[in-house]
Amino acid sequence: MANIMEAHNLNLWYGEHQALKNINLDIQEHKITALIGPSGCGKSTFMKTLNRMNDLVDGCRIEGDVFLNGTDIYKDMDVNILRKRVGMVFQKANPFPMSIYDNIAYGPRLHGIHNKAALDEIVERSLKQAAIWDETKDRLKKNALGMSGGQQQRLCIARAIAVEPEVLLMDESTSALDPISTGKIEELCLELKKKYTIVMITHNMQQANRISDITAFFLLGELIEVGETQNIFLNPKNKKTEEYITGRFG
Amino acid sequence: MQISSATDIKESSESGRKPGSGSEKTGYYRAAGPSMMEKKQRKKNAAEKVMNGIFFVCGMIAIAFVLFITAFLVSSGVPAIGKIGITKFLFGSVWASTAAEPKFGILPFILTSVYGTLGAIIIAVPIGLLCAIFLAKVASSRIASLIRSAVELLAGIPSVVYGLVGMIVIVPMIREMFDLSDGANLLSAILVLSVMVLPNVISVSETALLAVPKEYEEASLALGATWTETVFKVSVPAASSGIASAVVLGVGRAIGEAMAVMMVSGNVANMPGLFKSVRFLTTAIASEMSYSSGLQRQALFSIALVLFVFIMIITLLLNFVFKKKKD
Amino acid sequence: MNEKISLSRRIKIKVLNFLMYLSFILILALVGGLIGYICFRGLPNISWKFLSSKPSLLKDVIGILPNILNTLYIVLITLVIVLPLGVGTAVYLNEYARNRKLVSLIEFATETLAGIPSIIYGLAGMLIFVQFFSIGTSLLAGSLTLVIMTLPTIVRTTQESLKTVPDSYREGSLALGSGKWHMVRTVVLPSSIDGIVTGCILAIGRIVGESAALLFTAGMANNILSVKDAVTPGNAGSTLTVALYMYAKERGEFGVAFAIAAILLILTLLINLSAKLVARKLKVNIDA
Repeated sequence: MANIMEAHNLNLWYGEHQALKNINLDIQEHKITALIGPSGCGKSTFMKTLNRMNDLVDGCRIEGDVFLNGTDIYKDMDVNILRKRVGMVFQKANPFPMSIYDNIAYGPRLHGIHNKAALDEIVERSLKQAAIWDETKDRLKKNALGMSGGQQQRLCIARAIAVEPEVLLMDESTSALDPISTGKIEELCLELKKKYTIVMITHNMQQANRISDITAFFLLGELIEVGETQNIFLNPKNKKTEEYITGRFG
Repeated sequence: MQISSATDIKESSESGRKPGSGSEKTGYYRAAGPSMMEKKQRKKNAAEKVMNGIFFVCGMIAIAFVLFITAFLVSSGVPAIGKIGITKFLFGSVWASTAAEPKFGILPFILTSVYGTLGAIIIAVPIGLLCAIFLAKVASSRIASLIRSAVELLAGIPSVVYGLVGMIVIVPMIREMFDLSDGANLLSAILVLSVMVLPNVISVSETALLAVPKEYEEASLALGATWTETVFKVSVPAASSGIASAVVLGVGRAIGEAMAVMMVSGNVANMPGLFKSVRFLTTAIASEMSYSSGLQRQALFSIALVLFVFIMIITLLLNFVFKKKKD
Repeated sequence: MNEKISLSRRIKIKVLNFLMYLSFILILALVGGLIGYICFRGLPNISWKFLSSKPSLLKDVIGILPNILNTLYIVLITLVIVLPLGVGTAVYLNEYARNRKLVSLIEFATETLAGIPSIIYGLAGMLIFVQFFSIGTSLLAGSLTLVIMTLPTIVRTTQESLKTVPDSYREGSLALGSGKWHMVRTVVLPSSIDGIVTGCILAIGRIVGESAALLFTAGMANNILSVKDAVTPGNAGSTLTVALYMYAKERGEFGVAFAIAAILLILTLLINLSAKLVARKLKVNIDA
């Protein structure tokens, strides 16, 4: 299997505190990689190194390399290009306070597409891919904040895929949603992985088990174990992993 | 929230003062007439009632002031409008209050106020907004506090000081720059007004920009936007209602300014032109009040009434904008 | 770097950044220029004699002592009246009022007062106090006019700080059996003293800088008044700002006008500074 992203000997500090310790992790193309672990274990920090959102944090220092298709994203890539290629969906749905159409068109416009017909086509395609076209096609000009939480989150997914990223990062993107909305998004992820590569953070072990192909377990800034999801859940090699996924701590 | 909790406290305090709860304790002394404690309690209750009343009166006083001002302005402003005729008054283009055959048309003043305010807003809003964006989103905290102090100082400088500097610096500058016989004109007034409006625009826009949720900005960055693009394409639109109220507030300040404008605008009742000496609604009132009498004086009150109506519209507009934001 | 964002994007960003820096520098230059120019023109004209004498055309001296005193009188009289009223209004709104509609009506009235321009206050003050209550053009009439004008400032700042007093304080006091007024006096007001002080400082700033509202209410006289004169109806007097206006516009004494401007500028700086210090103390108190 081809690796789309690779992290080599990654260390990260927030001021004096070391949040990531020598992480080596490969992200495989067209797979869903789930990052699991208790709060504060570094999984979210690791995810943010993949699209350099940590750059925004004061006092953040990074050592090691992250590659996207063989290019070092910290040394040889413009951060804005990187973020176009590695999209992100956040824990809390955060549509812009604009119309649904403008939300989706924001990214493409940013990257230079201003042709009305082309934008229309991108908006329709993205909303369809995010399985929210039927609910929104009649109110594209309405404010996105008028939608339900689950719809807003799928809109954010549509917005992220409108710029056709290669990798989609999902940071606990279903944790604030009801079971039905969560189910819809999970189904969507299985559909999306045919076209994109997904890295997701989840606190929900069933969810990781249900939809991910690869699972990586983080603890106290270290990558404890990574492997095929089935193997991790059926016979974890590390005792800590077993304790965590069986719910003995967290 | 605030109100309801205050109400709860009020209710509990009243129930605490019900006679039943107090008299049981004091019943022991009752045979000997009203006890010390009962007297004290009664005195306390009386004080509470008096203070209740006093605070109620205080609460009503702002409403009373507004009604008072409105009543006086209307009753003194309406008669002249009646005598002159409302169309002649509002749309008459000649103001000659002391002529043998006096004319009281205030269209020149209205238009001057409108043009002057518009001009000041057109200059001050882009500069002020850019500065507010820089302040709220780009500047380091040290530079931000430096600008904030500067803006506060601008806001605090008395209008006569602006007028003085305008008179001595801007008026001659305009005169020489455009080769005019007199630099005291609408353009000078617009320049002075735009400086005076700046602090309002900056501080209100800054507050609005600071209130934009970080999540919006993160989402934009994650789509590959630079920080500058994010600020201009997401933060500014998200703060648009606050920025709109900053503009409206600026309009209010500009249209109501009198002294500074009086010192730089030349104070002649011309129809407005950029290089003409002009008179604003505010300065029309101020410049003739000290020597006016009869219908002329009444007409000045009518001008004040017109200005008051403008301001009330702005206040209502502001309330509407803020209300909309709260929903 | 093998790939960059498009040139047009980079240019747009550069232009926006340039404009932001430009406006920032413009503001700083404006403020710096204003301060520098006013001080340069004004400070050399300030002398002890200038500050301590009254003007006389006969002796050909110009002094601003009467104007300093008048400003002081008006500040004091206004504050003495507006403080209880404003604090009372805020207490009523925050502690007593039960009717939401009434509260929003009062708040709307306060906002309206805050938006009325000073020239209208001047006119209304003339109609109401000078003529209707026949106080005459006087410091008292001027002060009463400024009471209406500064009321919103006091109400707003007091209300802000009343809102920061935790409800547990109130409940604690009421639970001990004290009445509402006792609670307000002993618990609520003392904890919101910083907000009230801030309101006072801001109100002083507005009063010191006010001119249009005083022109037709407090008048333009330059006599030295005693404290008793100051509160007696009929004694007119001009404050520093009104004096500045008269010297600049009517008499062409620009040196004097700039000297007063420099004094006003220094006062403004002091007022802003003390407001900031109080605000900082307020923050420390909340954190502690």
